[in-house]
Amino acid sequence: MTRSFRTSKGGRIDRAVPVTFTFDGRTLTGRAGDTLASALLANGIHLVGRSFKYHRPRGILTAGSEEPNALVGVAKSAAAAAAGQSVPNLRATQVDIHEGLVAVSQNRWPSLGFDIGAVNDRLSPLFVSGFYYKTFMWPKSFWNRVYEPFIRAAAGLGKAPTAPDPDRYANRYAHCDVLVAGSGPAGLAAALAAARAGARVILADEQAEPGGSLLHEAGAEIEGQSATVWVSAAMAELAGNDRVTLLPRTTVFGYFNQNFVALAERVTDHLASPDPSLPRERLWQVRARQVVLATGAIERPLVFPENDRPGIMMAEAGRIYANRYGVLPGRAIAVATACDSAWRAAFDIAALGGNVVAVLDMRGDVDPLLKERARALSIRVETGCTVTGVKGSKRVQGVLLGRLVGETVSSAGSLACDCLLISGGWTPNVSLHSQARGKLDWNPEKGAFLPGDPVQAQRSAGSCRGIDGLALVLADGARAGAEAAEAATGSPADVPTFSASGGDASTGWWLGAVPHDRNPARVRAFVDFQNDVTAKDVKLAVREGMHSIEHIKRYTTTGMATDQGRLSNMNALSIASTALANEIPQVGLTTFRQPYTPVTFGTLATTSRGDLFDPVRRTPIHDWAAAKAAAFEDVSLWKRAWYFPKSGEDMHAAVLRECRTVRESVGLFDASTLGKIEVVGPDAAEFLERIYTNPWKKLGIGRLRYGLMLNEAGFIMDDGVVGRINEDCFHVTTTTGGAPRVLAHMEDYLQTEWADLKVWLTSTTEQWAVIAVQGPKAREAIAPLVDDIDLATEAMPHMSVREGHVMGGIPCRLFRMSFTGEAGYEINVPPSRARQVWEAVFANVERLGGCAYGTETMHVLRAEKGYIIVGQETDGTVTPDDVGMAWAIGKAKPDFVGKRSLARPDLVAPGRKQLVGLLTRDGRALLEEGAQVTAEADPAPRTPALGHVTSSYMSAAAGRPIALAMIANGRARHGEILHVPMPNGAIAVEVVPPLFVDPEGSRLNV
Amino acid sequence: MLLIHCPCCGVDRPEIEFRYGGEAHIARPVQPADFDDRQWAEFLYMRTNPKGVMAERWRHVHGCGRFFNALRDTVSDRFIAVYQTGEPRPDLSATGGEGAR
Repeated sequence: MTRSFRTSKGGRIDRAVPVTFTFDGRTLTGRAGDTLASALLANGIHLVGRSFKYHRPRGILTAGSEEPNALVGVAKSAAAAAAGQSVPNLRATQVDIHEGLVAVSQNRWPSLGFDIGAVNDRLSPLFVSGFYYKTFMWPKSFWNRVYEPFIRAAAGLGKAPTAPDPDRYANRYAHCDVLVAGSGPAGLAAALAAARAGARVILADEQAEPGGSLLHEAGAEIEGQSATVWVSAAMAELAGNDRVTLLPRTTVFGYFNQNFVALAERVTDHLASPDPSLPRERLWQVRARQVVLATGAIERPLVFPENDRPGIMMAEAGRIYANRYGVLPGRAIAVATACDSAWRAAFDIAALGGNVVAVLDMRGDVDPLLKERARALSIRVETGCTVTGVKGSKRVQGVLLGRLVGETVSSAGSLACDCLLISGGWTPNVSLHSQARGKLDWNPEKGAFLPGDPVQAQRSAGSCRGIDGLALVLADGARAGAEAAEAATGSPADVPTFSASGGDASTGWWLGAVPHDRNPARVRAFVDFQNDVTAKDVKLAVREGMHSIEHIKRYTTTGMATDQGRLSNMNALSIASTALANEIPQVGLTTFRQPYTPVTFGTLATTSRGDLFDPVRRTPIHDWAAAKAAAFEDVSLWKRAWYFPKSGEDMHAAVLRECRTVRESVGLFDASTLGKIEVVGPDAAEFLERIYTNPWKKLGIGRLRYGLMLNEAGFIMDDGVVGRINEDCFHVTTTTGGAPRVLAHMEDYLQTEWADLKVWLTSTTEQWAVIAVQGPKAREAIAPLVDDIDLATEAMPHMSVREGHVMGGIPCRLFRMSFTGEAGYEINVPPSRARQVWEAVFANVERLGGCAYGTETMHVLRAEKGYIIVGQETDGTVTPDDVGMAWAIGKAKPDFVGKRSLARPDLVAPGRKQLVGLLTRDGRALLEEGAQVTAEADPAPRTPALGHVTSSYMSAAAGRPIALAMIANGRARHGEILHVPMPNGAIAVEVVPPLFVDPEGSRLNV
Repeated sequence: MLLIHCPCCGVDRPEIEFRYGGEAHIARPVQPADFDDRQWAEFLYMRTNPKGVMAERWRHVHGCGRFFNALRDTVSDRFIAVYQTGEPRPDLSATGGEGAR
């Protein structure tokens, strides 16, 4: 290893603490306080990745979160990496190194130095803008087999981790008077002003250390102290104020409505062995009265041929690595610029012992003081000079120079260097202002979009609104902080003043492609580094008819990478506006959106993972069923017993046995999940009259009726049995999944349409457990347990309800009803007593040769009777008549919800799909639910289907498979032969009435 | 996330406590049978969908459970006024535009 690139002194790293890490398997040493980027640069490594599309070698371009190139995969340790626990696509500029950290480069194979995918670079004429649309059109058969695998293999970022995320993520809600985003000079001044005024302040900064530009602004002084000392004092003052929350390593990533701001705090990534009680990251959801955006400005690259070579770096980044991290970015450093600030990078690096070979300024007219100082440091100065090309591919070896006269360029020789610092000036970072729906105003003097009037309670401060120069930035921050505190708390706030020197304003800027004298057909100048978009691509998009920046963006993908074009947007816009011969504000700017930088899924999910992803609802019988080895299925949030296999039985065998048992003797079923609503009040009957299709006013006390509920458009939305408990009290049941929807529907009409009705609605789903006992021996099974209800058919016929007691005083509502076609009861008891009653009934059931059954058997038994399940036979476009239930409509009623719609022309037109039964002709094939039904066995392409299979089961009672289906004109087709085309050939089916067992219904009345 | 003022509870609460209920002031006809097919389709399906101030129904479903009405600017998402079901739509011209709340 050659001599280190560390400076001999300075920087904010701890030189006494070496930190060992690996990069692509190579063991390297950095220092405590290094980022992965600064540690790699200290080891002379610039080449850290391959680009997305062309697989071009790429180096570290920036020192911040805007980094487009240096995306790496990171694991906490070699052991974690081996276990498949890694994080892809992290910006090396934001990764703090710790002992044992494992980093790998991305998008290269077999190695970073030799990458097969780099053939894409040679094939680049194929990959012009819009190439997806042009190249991958035909033939259609290639879409899935050739094009998509090719695109997926060729384009890439990091590898997803193979193991589940082992880390824990937390979230926190917070409120504050003033949230300050960014802790550079403007943010610190704002936080100090707001905190001194007594406001509750949150100060968040994405970096590990607060201070922003003050950490590398060599020579700057504030209040007579060096800038870094002032930062420490300011932070100490804020830390000592218990109304202030300081959040380092915390990115303000989302600005939502009414100052709801989302922050991602990286809690432990920077630690080698963190406290296991800490989460990896924490999501903060902050409701701030006022927000101060102090997000700074981002330096803009120059767009010249081969401007993407490793060794090329933003000038301010070079200055940050030198001053803050004590790292020189090269042995022979050239600077190409169009603004003053890059000169300061040259001066600082030279002052630290770096070899700055030249400063090349595109401007002919440069501040003589800058030139003088450069000459004093023996730095060659060229004005009116630009870079027209770069020698070297995996590392800069030299640059081609061009003499600029107006827009024309003539060759001016070359210059040997291994590092080129570039700067086209500064772009105010307006992302969060845009997220907050603030408009932007074009400022032609600064060549920048600046925040316009805010829409929300926020204000920008400092260089993110185009203020330049340390003293002005501090004053602007103090003003913004005091104004925000005053607006938030209502009490006056003083504006503190801070004297400052150094950190002078920078003049000069350049937008768009830099002119050059090279063959334009052969060279490429990159605009968007992360998505590999060149100046030529943008011009081509304009030539091909894209005139809005929104179209140009989507056609070329410029600005669509994870950095949202923070480096590239202004250059792309300028190139487009030149090509369109239109002004920049007329071409427009795309909108910045959340998140500011990528956020891990873990942070967004926080604790909503695994068992905590969704609530789980269990019935009082659940544990009993689990102990009996029941299989469960999810029905909305409920766990329902699906079937109860005996040892050696598969699902098929278990369900056949359960079905047979119910029809022959008796079965026990947990129906507790059914939705229940108590409808009470003097107008309860009138209310149900309007909500359901059926008539209710004449329903006797103690009687049940099947109720069918439509939406206003006339389509079935729910069904269930309703019992009249009293003159003014109804016990309504709904489908398991429909309960909340039905209650909301009822409340809607009650509150907003019929507020005059005296009715109260109460959800009683969890107040009643429901034990269904079905089968010819059902009465025998429950009779010994019933205290005070006469079960004789004459006293309690089918479709009736009685209130009484079971098992010596347990209150119950006993329903005599059936969803199986067999005689049956549903015992409603308080959930606390349900297990006790269930076990007692089960003992009787077992003695009578019966069994417990699950939802699958329930489905089969009801299908044998042609009873629909809302959501299975219906899909939101089905009317009562479609499923043969016109009988459920109260013809004499003047109105009910959905009645008028049933007369709409399309609901009475012939050809609607109707419920039918299907029997396969061979008597053996089991149809697939959802399969299409056609008239022909082998229909011509694009023949519309007649309908589809809605339910299909093996039926023990019928001794063959049965199915229900919705078929056009189905009721007129009974006896017809239709076909169900399947991959292995069509299955012939006969259309039959949807009723397979006991057509007379005589079994209900035993 | 929106912060919505429930006029029944008298408090600001986050959006997740509420459920949107579509456009307000579309009363169900008292005699639907008197409507011809075109009028009925109009009632069922046609909504104003304005760019700007819209009167809409909200329900504080995880709070008091009551429906209420609100005026919201569909461009800025700003709530301009909330009022009880059955009350007329507030006249913003009388109060000088936004800020009626």
